[in-house]
Amino acid sequence: MVRYLIRRIGVFVPTLLASSFLIFAFIRLIPGDPAAVMLGDLATPEAVAALRVEMGLDRSLAHQYILWLSAALRGDLGDSIFFQVPVLQLIADGLETSILLAAITMVWIVVIGLPIGMLAASRRGSLLDQSLSGMAMFMASVPTFWVGLYLIFVFAATLGWLPSSGYPSIFEEGGLSNLRYLLLPSLALAAPNAALIIRLTRASMLDVQREDYVRTARAKGIHPLAVVLRHVFRNALLTVVSAVGFTVAALISEAVVTETVFSLPGIGRMVVQSILRRDYPVIQGTILMIVLLYLTINLVVDILHAWLDPRVKLG
Amino acid sequence: MTVKFPQLGLGGRKLATFGFAAVALLSFCALFAPWLSPLDPLEINPLARLTPPSAAHWFGTDHFGRDTLSRVIHGSRMAVVIGFGVVGIALGGGIAFGVTSAVLPRLGLLLMRIIDVLMAFPALLLALALIVILGRGVENSILAIGVVYMTTTARIVYGVSLRLKAETWVDAATAMGAGKIRLVFLHILPNLMSPLFVQASFVFAFAQLQAASLDFLGLGVPPETPTWGNMLSESRIYITRAPWLLLFPGLMIALSAFSLNVVGDAVRDRLDPRLQAAFTGRSRS
Repeated sequence: MVRYLIRRIGVFVPTLLASSFLIFAFIRLIPGDPAAVMLGDLATPEAVAALRVEMGLDRSLAHQYILWLSAALRGDLGDSIFFQVPVLQLIADGLETSILLAAITMVWIVVIGLPIGMLAASRRGSLLDQSLSGMAMFMASVPTFWVGLYLIFVFAATLGWLPSSGYPSIFEEGGLSNLRYLLLPSLALAAPNAALIIRLTRASMLDVQREDYVRTARAKGIHPLAVVLRHVFRNALLTVVSAVGFTVAALISEAVVTETVFSLPGIGRMVVQSILRRDYPVIQGTILMIVLLYLTINLVVDILHAWLDPRVKLG
Repeated sequence: MTVKFPQLGLGGRKLATFGFAAVALLSFCALFAPWLSPLDPLEINPLARLTPPSAAHWFGTDHFGRDTLSRVIHGSRMAVVIGFGVVGIALGGGIAFGVTSAVLPRLGLLLMRIIDVLMAFPALLLALALIVILGRGVENSILAIGVVYMTTTARIVYGVSLRLKAETWVDAATAMGAGKIRLVFLHILPNLMSPLFVQASFVFAFAQLQAASLDFLGLGVPPETPTWGNMLSESRIYITRAPWLLLFPGLMIALSAFSLNVVGDAVRDRLDPRLQAAFTGRSRS
């Protein structure tokens, strides 16, 4: 296990460093003077000249990168052009929404994905299996913002059961009941991802059912339901757990669209708005943060998977 | 040991037939859009704003009184252009990276690390970052989404090429003096065809969804071009007044992605099981 850990972290650190370099170089790939790009259209020549010195644009690229990285490690991601506040503070403000949205979405994915996938596998080849699998495939092909807009139409505009946009913090008035603002967005975001988990649960249940130990268990006369729960499901769960993990990592970026549809004050919507406002320090900072989160979740899932399934370490 | 090919059930065959039919229909619409659409997709008619579906306007009209059916039919053109464009870049780049890495292992180590780093970015985020650098536009949407799926394609091509390189008949060819170029063009590329077809179907499907997302966010194809994503983006504020407006463009996106996914799935299940393994890696949603 220790060797696996060292090997896996040995991949994580260089990948993170290399992607941070890309994110650093990003500003320099946009046509124009990077300092002028960072300060926006209204900057005075003096301010641009001052930032040029601060960014070390007269020094070598490697030197600039080290300056930028050490500032980022200290939590200094620069200031937003639009809001005139530190980028890190904006990210911190958006994190609550984005993390809660991902968490509720994950609950939906597991609650919808696992039972339907198991059901389809247990009735393999039947009409039920075919319709469930077909439905899952369709759900995986539907744009989340389209689902979101119709959820708003039905549950917010027509029935008036749930709010259609925005999200006040659970630490403000209303407390935990504010979570209802995240119900529709999380459902929209869950739809395609639950579909993937349905397909994966079904496939891995069917895979495990072909194993010798399952045949042995059946031959011993163990109750069929016990075989499914104790032998098939538990082993199939391994693949599913890591798939759910990777899905959560991907949710952070997929939420970009959902947060925009529902006007949620999360990191995803901030990325889009900053792109439209050309607020480059915010774009750079949020992308860095999302990539860091994405890689860390993937790392944790891989380690968890190796811990649960000893075969991974040998592979 | 005999290798059994997992055959499609009756339902699977039906789905695959449906998938191929849908692709054919989409291409037909794209090719003959000017003749198929009843009205000019850009023609503004202030007297017929937001009308529900009727005999004159089967799918209704939008906030400028433009005919939704004509716009949906014309939208298929951009869908096909973006689909094939993205597939071209993803497969072209993927083959170049993957095959080179498999044939020249030292260079390959570096090339595949580059792919790994690009895969450290979630799909939509990578596309957005590239759009920031390139600016919005049709070509730039194609390029940005193409690069995203080039990474997965390169991984798959690399995996399959390594497997092919380990086959005895490749050893035999090498022993008979076949050079690396002959190896690539005579032994590796021809055998990559079926896995690449599967990958092309999936990439085409994903491209539809990603392009629609970019259009919806206002960062894709310029708004004056009728694409399904742009139609949804423009009509979203009318969801309560004219809910039918969003139905057809959204259905078209879903249908085109769905049919290509079904085709990819059906063909993948017929692949040599040893090559199927290349597709079990992490997908990029």
